[in-house]
Amino acid sequence: MTELLSLKGLTKAYPGVVANDDVTLSIGKGEVHALLGENGAGKSTLVKMIYGLVKPDSGEMTFDGEVFLPPEPRAARAAGVGMVFQHFSLFDALSVAENIALGMEDAPKMNTLSERISEVSDTYGLPLSPDRIVGDLSAGERQRVEIIRCLLQAPRLLIMDEPTSVLTPQEVDILFETLRKLRGEGTSILYISHKLEEIRALCDAATILRLGKVVGTCIPRDTTARDMAEMMVGKVLTTPKRSGVSLGEVVLELDGLSLPSPSAFGMPLRDVSFALQKGEILGIGGVAGNGQDELLAALSGEMRAPAGMLRFKGQSIGGDGPVRRRQMGVLAAPEERLGHAAAPDMSLTENAMLTGAVREGLEQNGFLNWPAARGFAQTIIEAFDVRTPGPANAARSLSGGNLQKFVIGREVLQRPEVLVVNQPTWGVDASAAAAIRQALLDLAEAGAAVVVISQDLDELMEISDRFAALNEGRLSAPRPTEGLTVEQIGLMMGGAHGMEVAHV
Amino acid sequence: MVRFEKRPQPSRLFAYATPLLAVLATFFFGGLLFAALGKDPVVSIVTIFWEPLFGEFSFFYRPQLLIKGAPLVLIAIGLSLGFKAGIWNIGAEGQYIMGALVGAGVGLAFYPTESVLIFPLMVLAGALGGMLWAMIPALLKVRFGTNEILVSLMLVYVAEQFLASMSLGLLKNPEGFGFPGSRNLQQYPSAHNAEIIAGSGMHCGVVAALIAVIFAYVLFARHKLGFAIRVTGEAPRAARFSGVNPSRLVVFCLGASGMLAGLAGLFEVSGPAGQVTIDFNVGYGFTAIIVAFLGRLNPIGIVLAGLLMALTYIGGDIAQSQLQLPAAAIQVFQGMLLFFLLAFDLFTNYRLRFGRSEVA
Amino acid sequence: MDLSAINPILLVAALMSAATPILLAATGELVVERAGVLNLGVEGMMIIGAICGFAIAVETGSPTIGFVAAAVGGALLSLLFAFLTQITLANQVASGLALTLFGLGLSALLGQGYVGIKPPRMPDINFGPLADIPVLGPILFSHDPILYVGLLIVAVVWAVLKFTRVGLVLRAVGENHDAAHALGYKVVRIRTLAIMFGGACAGMGGAYISLIRVPQWTEGMTAGVGWIALALVVFASWKPWRVLLGAYLFGGITQLQLNLQGAGVAIPVEYLAMSPYVITIVVLVILSADKSAAPGSLGRTFHASS
Repeated sequence: MTELLSLKGLTKAYPGVVANDDVTLSIGKGEVHALLGENGAGKSTLVKMIYGLVKPDSGEMTFDGEVFLPPEPRAARAAGVGMVFQHFSLFDALSVAENIALGMEDAPKMNTLSERISEVSDTYGLPLSPDRIVGDLSAGERQRVEIIRCLLQAPRLLIMDEPTSVLTPQEVDILFETLRKLRGEGTSILYISHKLEEIRALCDAATILRLGKVVGTCIPRDTTARDMAEMMVGKVLTTPKRSGVSLGEVVLELDGLSLPSPSAFGMPLRDVSFALQKGEILGIGGVAGNGQDELLAALSGEMRAPAGMLRFKGQSIGGDGPVRRRQMGVLAAPEERLGHAAAPDMSLTENAMLTGAVREGLEQNGFLNWPAARGFAQTIIEAFDVRTPGPANAARSLSGGNLQKFVIGREVLQRPEVLVVNQPTWGVDASAAAAIRQALLDLAEAGAAVVVISQDLDELMEISDRFAALNEGRLSAPRPTEGLTVEQIGLMMGGAHGMEVAHV
Repeated sequence: MVRFEKRPQPSRLFAYATPLLAVLATFFFGGLLFAALGKDPVVSIVTIFWEPLFGEFSFFYRPQLLIKGAPLVLIAIGLSLGFKAGIWNIGAEGQYIMGALVGAGVGLAFYPTESVLIFPLMVLAGALGGMLWAMIPALLKVRFGTNEILVSLMLVYVAEQFLASMSLGLLKNPEGFGFPGSRNLQQYPSAHNAEIIAGSGMHCGVVAALIAVIFAYVLFARHKLGFAIRVTGEAPRAARFSGVNPSRLVVFCLGASGMLAGLAGLFEVSGPAGQVTIDFNVGYGFTAIIVAFLGRLNPIGIVLAGLLMALTYIGGDIAQSQLQLPAAAIQVFQGMLLFFLLAFDLFTNYRLRFGRSEVA
Repeated sequence: MDLSAINPILLVAALMSAATPILLAATGELVVERAGVLNLGVEGMMIIGAICGFAIAVETGSPTIGFVAAAVGGALLSLLFAFLTQITLANQVASGLALTLFGLGLSALLGQGYVGIKPPRMPDINFGPLADIPVLGPILFSHDPILYVGLLIVAVVWAVLKFTRVGLVLRAVGENHDAAHALGYKVVRIRTLAIMFGGACAGMGGAYISLIRVPQWTEGMTAGVGWIALALVVFASWKPWRVLLGAYLFGGITQLQLNLQGAGVAIPVEYLAMSPYVITIVVLVILSADKSAAPGSLGRTFHASS
């Protein structure tokens, strides 16, 4: 196989951290190459260098035999590199065609472009209407916009950053069909992921990064997922354990909870019902943007609900705000750490005060007891092994995993009767993720009822007793986790969104 | 290539150093401005900043510092409540006018009755006038989501027209020989905001400003309402998650700042200004915005910034009479101060890096 | 009171002139906000434009050069705002207020020698026989060139935003600056240019007041027009043609209240003079329900961190 892209000794340092240290890898023409590593291993920095968003400190790249150092993404695109981002690259208020035009150097006139979009979407089995506003699309459809944007440029190398994290299992299959078709046409693909089974199913070769260094390469088909995981993490992982506890009486009941969408591109909740027992963990899956944030807001009290739709121990709590719910023992931890669960520029002490004021007695008659809050922050730091110099440090100075441990710890230590968490391990390194899952299991074992909203299906299968999925703001009926097949889960998640017309 | 890099956490050093750096830079560029106007820069700056404090006639100017500083501090404390929470009341000038009009109106209604109750009643009316005027943007924002910046600012122009109408009409001095303007409250003992110690500049407004400063200090340091304000400004979603009711906060912040601006207006019109005239307001409501930022929205900082800004007013007057420095030059000088403050504030959250160029 | 003194045809012709300063300033601000920047310094840029235009027109004897100077002056002042918000990443609300306070002071300083002077007059365009058409003639063909320039700018801004790539990129930057950056667009550069365009438009709007509407120089003569222009952008849901509509509405109100003052209506002058501001508030309340058209990144600070 002839070589398309080769990296030699690429190094990129940021203050206090070497993001990429002497990275060498090579991708052949028509090869699907996996870049595997944990969050923070340096995958993003590496692809940003290839795509011209970041300049390497040292090392060299060659593309198709020529020295390659794109000063900006434009140059990378012109050379034949396309990239499908995980986040931040679509414009909600603009149409599909406009979004695609923005990613092209020599965008044709809008009607010509619309025709070409329809052509490409037919060829690769990616149905998409050029006139729709992107903000109204599902996560899978948004990804199609990005992919078509790249394909219109006829790229020779396609970079895909965690493409399946927003897809249902059925949608993943369709995506893989498309990628195999591209490979067949000679396009190389750099596929970034931490999902090992996917890589084994799709990729021809893999390079594994840890802490910015290449720690190994392998042929995924011939390597077990466990071996790859240990190369990626660098130590043997312990899977969380739980002892089969018996469930108690029902503490939280949702009875046809329906709420309008809080914002233009939000999702209304439609007739969501479930009953949660003491000691139970309910896992709620679903593709991002199907009502997860809204469900958390409705449970935390940020969004009020009409009387009767939401009951805690038989008492209607829909009209109560977050403070009243905390007093009763209904606690929550939202997905977005910086800016929602915690205030980035404030100290950990202040962030401990943020939700701990009522249950931890940090406030008397409206006056705040700061020494007590500092003590509470210190307790969280110690109990959850949060790596930080101390509670006076700002929340934004913590790494994602450490801040997440702080946020989850802050709620867990307040002895909740009901705890609702959204994406508890998103963007968190494996050991922190394991610690957080164990804490949730322990909490349930101690008698609390826990709702875990997550897009990580493996996580939900691992820790929850029952599973339900959100789709377009509707919740499927919860089913016991044991014995659920991937197909069943996919159907609960709504199958393949908007794929009715697809024939691949 | 120079670039800025976000600090892991805000720098304490720069949080305190920024205002000082801004003042120094303003001295420098202000000096250049004065030089461009054909004045000796050093003499100009000495005249503005030294003369009132330590010059020959400082015994006369020092009390002025309190008289001019008090309304600035009073208004700026109120503004800082909202600014910290991202609620922008920039119509303090209008609330100041309405406080003065309502308060003076109550006083004048009793003329010529003498009673110790009249002045307290005026103070209440002044506070209420300013507060109600600020309630307009507050309630419109809460009820309809209307932008409070534009509404509060529009209401300044409305208040100015109302002031003109009042001083030419309802409140006009019947014995004023047809001149516009109300009776002089300095000559109506029950309604006069007299100096507590004659010649000290210490009138009720100064006391009120001090109380407001202490109140604000305690609010931010120890009370949950102050914490709610700070969190709302830093991270509005986190504030809502913690249980802060944004609507109530808008009403509180705008109401409190309107009340303090109204009080400042009342103390001014019943004391140093003396009467309601078309142009008794001299823009304290706008200058207080500079004071609030220069004081870094911190109560103690606002006291220092208020005194500094009062100094530029007094020194500016002296420079105007002694050096023929135009009054507008002082206004430019004050504006510059705010510019430099905002620019230097970068260093609180970012640090400068010299190094290889970086595309990202 | 003599309402018959108000001639509807002349009123319409005059409201177009009264609307032009607001129209220019609001169209400029619309471009700035579509790029995701909230510049509250419109009032400051207008008053600087008013004095720059006035002073240069008086010195050169040419109102045209005056208008060019006003545009340059407004753009230069807006560069200060661009520096604060794009380079030193200062809060846009505070920086805009600073710009207004500074502009008011600086204009007073610059204008010291120009109080009480009459500027050179800008002649109306001679449309020949067209101006003699009844009704349409006085309304459409009897104005100064800047008024038509204002209309042209609205049309150009509309067309550029809707049909061109430059417009698409500008909207993209305003909608989501992180995504635009990831695609390789120069967010800071594009925004700085938009801010300067806004400054130039505001400057011309200010000069229209001092050179054509009034025409003389007095301190603080813009009297809140810049703020009304800001309100107008919200009112117009960030759409150029609705800015035109809104500007003519406000121009009409301003002109009507002036005419009513002239006609000696029994309402006190002060209350008539309040009306444009009160109506601005009322309109803001009525239209505040629809915020969905606001650019996604409006008012947010952009820092490219990798």
